[in-house]
Amino acid sequence: MTKLIVDGAEVDVPAEYTILQACEAAGAEIPRFCYHERLSIAGNCRMCLVEVKGGPPKPVASCAMGVRDLRPGPNGEPPVVSTRSPMVKKAREGVMEFLLINHPLDCPICDQGGECDLQDQAMAYGVSGSRFHENKRAVEDKYIGPLVKTTMTRCIHCTRCVRFVAEVAGVAEMGAIGRGEDMEITTYLEHAMSSELQGNVIDLCPVGALTSKPYAFQARPWELSKTESIDVMDALGSAIRVDARGREVMRILPRVNEDVNEEWISDKTRFIWDGLRTQRLDRPYVRENGRLRPASWPEALAKVAEKIKGADTSRVGAIVGDLAAVEEIFALKDLFGRLGVTNLDCRQDGSALDPALGRASYLFNATVSGIDRADAILMIGTNPRLEAPVLNARIRKRWRQGALRVGLVGERADLTYGVEHLGAGTASLTELVEGKSGFADILAKAARPLVIVGAGALAREDGLAVLAAAAKLASGASVEAGWNGLSVLHVAASRVGALDLGFVPGEGAKTAAEMAAPGALDVAFLLGADEIEVAPGAFVVYLGTHGDRGAHRADVILPGAAYVEKSGTYVNTEGRVQVANRATFPPGEGREDWAILRALSDALGARLPYDSLQQLRAALYAAHPHFAAVDEIAAAEPADLSGYAVGSLSGEAFVNAVPDFHLTNPIARASAIMAEMSALKRGSLAQAAE
Amino acid sequence: MSVRRLAEVQPADFAFTQDNLHWAEGQIAKYPEGRQASAVIPLLWRAQEQHGGWLPEPAIRRVAEMLGMPVIRVMEVATFYTMFNLKPVGEHFVQLCGTTPCALRGANALKDVCKKLIGDQNHVTDDGKLSWLEVECLGACSNAPMVQINFDYYEDLTPESFEALLEDLRAGRPVKTGSQTGRSCSAPFGGDTSLTDESLYDGSVVGSWKSRFSDEPKGDATAADSAGRPEQNSRPEAKTAASAKDAEAQPNGKAKRATTVKSDTASGATTVGTAPKTPAAPGEPPSEKGA
Repeated sequence: MTKLIVDGAEVDVPAEYTILQACEAAGAEIPRFCYHERLSIAGNCRMCLVEVKGGPPKPVASCAMGVRDLRPGPNGEPPVVSTRSPMVKKAREGVMEFLLINHPLDCPICDQGGECDLQDQAMAYGVSGSRFHENKRAVEDKYIGPLVKTTMTRCIHCTRCVRFVAEVAGVAEMGAIGRGEDMEITTYLEHAMSSELQGNVIDLCPVGALTSKPYAFQARPWELSKTESIDVMDALGSAIRVDARGREVMRILPRVNEDVNEEWISDKTRFIWDGLRTQRLDRPYVRENGRLRPASWPEALAKVAEKIKGADTSRVGAIVGDLAAVEEIFALKDLFGRLGVTNLDCRQDGSALDPALGRASYLFNATVSGIDRADAILMIGTNPRLEAPVLNARIRKRWRQGALRVGLVGERADLTYGVEHLGAGTASLTELVEGKSGFADILAKAARPLVIVGAGALAREDGLAVLAAAAKLASGASVEAGWNGLSVLHVAASRVGALDLGFVPGEGAKTAAEMAAPGALDVAFLLGADEIEVAPGAFVVYLGTHGDRGAHRADVILPGAAYVEKSGTYVNTEGRVQVANRATFPPGEGREDWAILRALSDALGARLPYDSLQQLRAALYAAHPHFAAVDEIAAAEPADLSGYAVGSLSGEAFVNAVPDFHLTNPIARASAIMAEMSALKRGSLAQAAE
Repeated sequence: MSVRRLAEVQPADFAFTQDNLHWAEGQIAKYPEGRQASAVIPLLWRAQEQHGGWLPEPAIRRVAEMLGMPVIRVMEVATFYTMFNLKPVGEHFVQLCGTTPCALRGANALKDVCKKLIGDQNHVTDDGKLSWLEVECLGACSNAPMVQINFDYYEDLTPESFEALLEDLRAGRPVKTGSQTGRSCSAPFGGDTSLTDESLYDGSVVGSWKSRFSDEPKGDATAADSAGRPEQNSRPEAKTAASAKDAEAQPNGKAKRATTVKSDTASGATTVGTAPKTPAAPGEPPSEKGA
């Protein structure tokens, strides 16, 4: 610890702190542009200048000087830092004047206006005029992809974007070319960026040089209503803020959640909002003579009730999709339980996970923040870069700290960090379990091994055997007490919640794949399940939001609410219970999903005993107390698979669960931005293959 | 300096010659594992040399590949250093120093010569022989104004001599590198002005410092110095200065410097500069008294 005096107050900070951090610890506010907590220190904006006694006799860039480099006074007095002295004030004014020399005065037409660091700090620390009478420089705008719009004349060369792309995203595509006044930020020959996290440079940019292209000129920050919510595009459950104007979601931004997404979100999370406006189901539909026609709610519900009542309960089934919240899954299970239907499944991809094996058998037990402590990582049948890009960035962060070896069994991929490819199929997994592979030693010696099992590796015939092998690898002899490295990386936001609720087939009942088979069911109820094709013959009820695959197959469509249009509980891949909030309303006659199920229960004569979301949640918490602990991870006993018949490994190669990052769910498939990104990615892959 | 961009017309590919490749491998091997990127500047430089004095885009990619660097990082280096030419240059690439000392000594007139004979900056003449670029100080200020053409300096230029030089280069005639006025390195214009006393080099003053202690009258160094003053005028600088007016009469090399009025004035300045120092200089070699 180092003692120093900041603005007259003595603080004691760790010796590795910079002056800036020490000042913040003392409660002093330091303006900055280039400094960012999660990026390396550049020290090139000079806005954080402070005066230091015990340091150089000039203003010091506080972000780039450590407190341990300050000298004590002649009698051992602690160094004195001043952030409000006349010298500091003058220095800041000078820096600000220099920054504004070449910054255009185009705030009225700049998308950053109203949330611009430069604007705010110019007001707080700048002077009102400029002594610069020459022409401002002008810089050509650069193309860096369809997501990020550039207005490079506004750039103040803080290089945050360059550092983010190189350090966090791990794809060094941006750089600063030229020098001095001619320095320009660009990608190589203006190629589009390829990172799945590139949208974060928009947030990082302290000025309006990098802004959101789809959001360009759409809204001003002060006219948006901001709702804190949870993302459902992957199973990570990133913290987001949904900005809406009226009934339309205008943009989605990340929130800080150190335990989950730090402060990054993936491009799919950020730019999905145009998919919330298109292809929407805004009224009930009923299929007549092979064509869907608009219907009223009572008519549609009566039709569904008639079909369900008329069918044998063993020939009725329900499949839960990837975006459903816990509330509606609970209501659906409750309703079908009252009807005696046991054909329930939430694993439309055919995953072998089963809540009967214990909660720890399907969680990312090491937790997302636990990645920071892992000392060996093995991935089985997964590509986290596509399945959860923010989690992948976390693995990369851990890898950058060093002393970490990462092994991969499955499809080869560029994960942005050093990965040892151990094999494509189960043969390599067997070798690892038997200790024949070199990487087995590393896992065995690791105190905190992390074994990440992808959803693709579990959605196979031998899924349970893969899980058992992973569990064995994660429980080597030297594993630290309290560490459970067996981590399942889900791709569906609804999955863990549904497994927690036990939304799986009862004794002797049909799984999702069996329900979808020809002639298996008379009535199939799809709660937003679009990734499964129900064979012709069954009467399909689709409760969802988008005119996607499920709706095309449906005989009755019940329009539901998307994740930003309802308050819903989601459980992320590590088992963290989080609540998404409503930012806007479903379009047209769309209703919240649980309310539709409640109305349907009336039509079926099996009324669900809750008339409000509060009552539903009370019933949910009574049945499953751990859902009440929001933002917590309920402790799970380590999975013991030894007592179960897990079968044997098949020998097939692993196939990843997410072949196309940008088109994984109905909302993404309705988004023009995602379609463009997907085409771009496919194009560049084709180019690379040539 | 202005914004530097890659040339619009680029070769399809770039490959090091076998010799250069071998040399590049040697450069890369200098650095420890994981630090290969340190070799980026030597490699780019050699690529530029090999490619007729400018760096094509495929070479940037090729170097990035060889060093395992992201290609934008190599691009940053290539665009940062102005000695990497991103566009084609003439066979004789003139880098004209336009920084203050050269500007004061007539670099602007040289620029006019370039504009007349070659055209604008970065423009290659139709015959491909010449192109020019104004650069910052090349560190030959005492020989201002000067230019660097390919790897050689050409100094003490006048518009006339520079024009002749460019014409000679264009015609492929041999040219003289270095100072164009004939002086050696940055020696004074009119020849040596100091340390010119022959006795310094004939061994006669060896050990003569001892006489200072034996000859000096005790306790009155000032008197001794004063006494020595007349002789101090025999100091080469002082003597030169004093005799500048009748320099023609001088039999030795010093005569040359008085050939122009300009250098006459310069020597007058020397006189003024050294005169006040003379009485205060106590460390004169006593030997000169006897000389």
